[in-house]
Amino acid sequence: MLDLLWLIPILPLAGAAINGLLGRRFPKSLVTAVGVGAPLASLVLALGCLWEYAQGSFPNDAFERTLYAWTAGDLSIPVGFLLDRLSSVMLFVVTFVGFWIHVYSVGYMGHEEGYRRYFSYLNLFMSAMLLLILGNNFLVMFVGWEGVGLCSYLLIGFYYDQPVPPAAGKKAFIVNRIGDFAFLVGLFALFAKFGTLTYGQIFPRIAAQPGLVLGEYVPGFTLAAFVALCFFVGAMGKSAQIPLYVWLPDAMAGPTPVSALIHAATMVTAGVYMVVRSNVLYQLAPGVSMFVAVIGATTAIFAATIALAQTDIKKVLAYSTVSQLGYMFLAAGLGAYSAALFHVVTHAFFKALLFLGSGSVIHAMGGEQDMRKMGGLGKHLPQTSKLFWIGCLAIAGIPPLSGFFSKDEILHAAAADHHWVLYLVGWITAVLTAFYMFRAHYMTFAGRFRGTHDQEHHLHESPPSMTLPLWVLAVGAAVAGVVGVPKLLSFGLISNWFHHWLEPVIAQPQGLEAGEHSIGVGLEVGLVLLAVAAGVGGLFLARSVYGGDRGFARELTWAQRFPFLHRLLENKYYVDEIYDALIVRPLAALSRFLWKVVDTFVIDGAVKAGAFLTELTGDVGRFSTTGNVRNYALYFFLGVILLFWWIAFA
Amino acid sequence: MSSVPVSWYLLLAAALFAIGTIGALTRRNGISIFLSIELMLNAANLTLVAYARQLDDRTGQLIVFFVMAVAAAEAAVGLALFIAVFRQRHTIDVNRMNLMRW
Repeated sequence: MLDLLWLIPILPLAGAAINGLLGRRFPKSLVTAVGVGAPLASLVLALGCLWEYAQGSFPNDAFERTLYAWTAGDLSIPVGFLLDRLSSVMLFVVTFVGFWIHVYSVGYMGHEEGYRRYFSYLNLFMSAMLLLILGNNFLVMFVGWEGVGLCSYLLIGFYYDQPVPPAAGKKAFIVNRIGDFAFLVGLFALFAKFGTLTYGQIFPRIAAQPGLVLGEYVPGFTLAAFVALCFFVGAMGKSAQIPLYVWLPDAMAGPTPVSALIHAATMVTAGVYMVVRSNVLYQLAPGVSMFVAVIGATTAIFAATIALAQTDIKKVLAYSTVSQLGYMFLAAGLGAYSAALFHVVTHAFFKALLFLGSGSVIHAMGGEQDMRKMGGLGKHLPQTSKLFWIGCLAIAGIPPLSGFFSKDEILHAAAADHHWVLYLVGWITAVLTAFYMFRAHYMTFAGRFRGTHDQEHHLHESPPSMTLPLWVLAVGAAVAGVVGVPKLLSFGLISNWFHHWLEPVIAQPQGLEAGEHSIGVGLEVGLVLLAVAAGVGGLFLARSVYGGDRGFARELTWAQRFPFLHRLLENKYYVDEIYDALIVRPLAALSRFLWKVVDTFVIDGAVKAGAFLTELTGDVGRFSTTGNVRNYALYFFLGVILLFWWIAFA
Repeated sequence: MSSVPVSWYLLLAAALFAIGTIGALTRRNGISIFLSIELMLNAANLTLVAYARQLDDRTGQLIVFFVMAVAAAEAAVGLALFIAVFRQRHTIDVNRMNLMRW
């Protein structure tokens, strides 16, 4: 089964090609069969591979297989696939969550134009993400990295006949390019030093000889720090961290299952995966790691506050994703790589659940996304309501759901390193997270219906193809935390199986064996209680404001009391406007200058001058063509004389 | 047999060539131009033959045959053209054949 590892990314690619290139005359059922069949086959294969991987034992716990060498001149990059402890986790998440999103899409996109195009792109997206995580070197990862960028552009701009989605797609693509550029620079620096980009040839060498990357590379940065920083800027783009997060909320313009795919299983987790993959470098660059942690924490609380005042249900979820990604980078920056990846896993489940749940709501509301026009939907969509509730509990960190364990581990990491400021930021973010998620739940499902009569008449529970994935993901969101239950909470029965699973991947560089950061059991219990209090506190706070029939009336009074703060949050701190004024407009002005002045006068001018000269020469020269044969004879004669003169005297 | 010096042949050829050139450049009658060109060709032929004898090399005489053949072909084509022009315009004055100009 492991020999077929390479088929896992290829199958969705084949699905995309079949639907996209050959499917013009396919009946819809066949499009569905191909579009969902390919990810299903991938999932089955992945499960088989994982089973075999877990059974067998491999050198360095890694199964590696090179497919062929990608050669150009002296350069040879092996296109190889790697299944190790880290990529196995990602493989399961991507194929499993991705498959259920495909199933959901059958119901959600059933009545839409461009059904075939949609599934073709969706399969391509899966394929690119699987390539990203299964590659055994950075170049294959980069191919997948660009692939998900392309697919996000295609899918965000899926409704290309409307004004907003194509613009959002372009924004996503361009913002990602900024990060990609830094990522590439990092790759070049790494390649220049090691002459290879294969993980298995770089990381063990660094771990054995940290001195290789600790020389000063550019002023103020060692090679490790430089590469780590470049990679993190790349991750900022893909994983939506300050200051490159702006594309993610706009990505809501795509169909809802796409949002789920981007936010949960693919794309945004790529940055976290890459940082965890390169953990050796980050461990050798403590300054950059601290920077990662600070950016992560800032992003977490920044996005959480924006989410407080959003009224679009998908925007709330989008900012919550940005915020949760901030948590992951906080953990990664603190060196708690397994906690970061653990949060990726649990987040994939509950965020996919929440997005698909919101999709179910939007489907029932006939495309309406404004929560101010919802309310009381619990009666009409009982299943969606309950499942969304589970998702909220999970993301809010209410035990024993999955989000609690991963978030607690991150906060614990901050406390264990005595970074109390980061801990406090994380804790406040946890309260805010619980608050805005339950705010969204109450505004949507509780109280009275605030939409139009037509909408109320139209309300219906979604078809089974949509509710079944919700159920599956809800189970995942509820129990996924089991794999990472810390020793304390299981009363010593199991001690964080997930952490031990990842241990071989998280290499300790030579001479960096840090002492155990242990904090007393008493303090640890206190921290756990605090984490629970954050979730529960947020829940009850939201209930007291938005619960009952009053809807969001209280929010309006709050908004009136603090109009400035409310406007600031509602308008997302005006970041888009600031970027517009600082970057977009000067760039546009520069482009206009290049167009109107440089292009029109300099470049066109040169071409026109050439044309003018040619015309002038012709206008003058044509008078030599008299039509009189005796003139021509004279020219000829003079020419002959000239020739003789030249031969004789020159 | 006392031989004529080669310079005499060359001088005669040069004189013939000059007369031909002046005729070709100044005459307006197409037939006269042809005659002049023929004169120039034969001046060249005379040079070739003279050198052939001087240097005792038959190649010069050989080339003359080619030149005569080409001259005959050229005269045939040229005369045909002038006949065609004359049928249209009732003249072979080259000054009046100047339609192909700017």
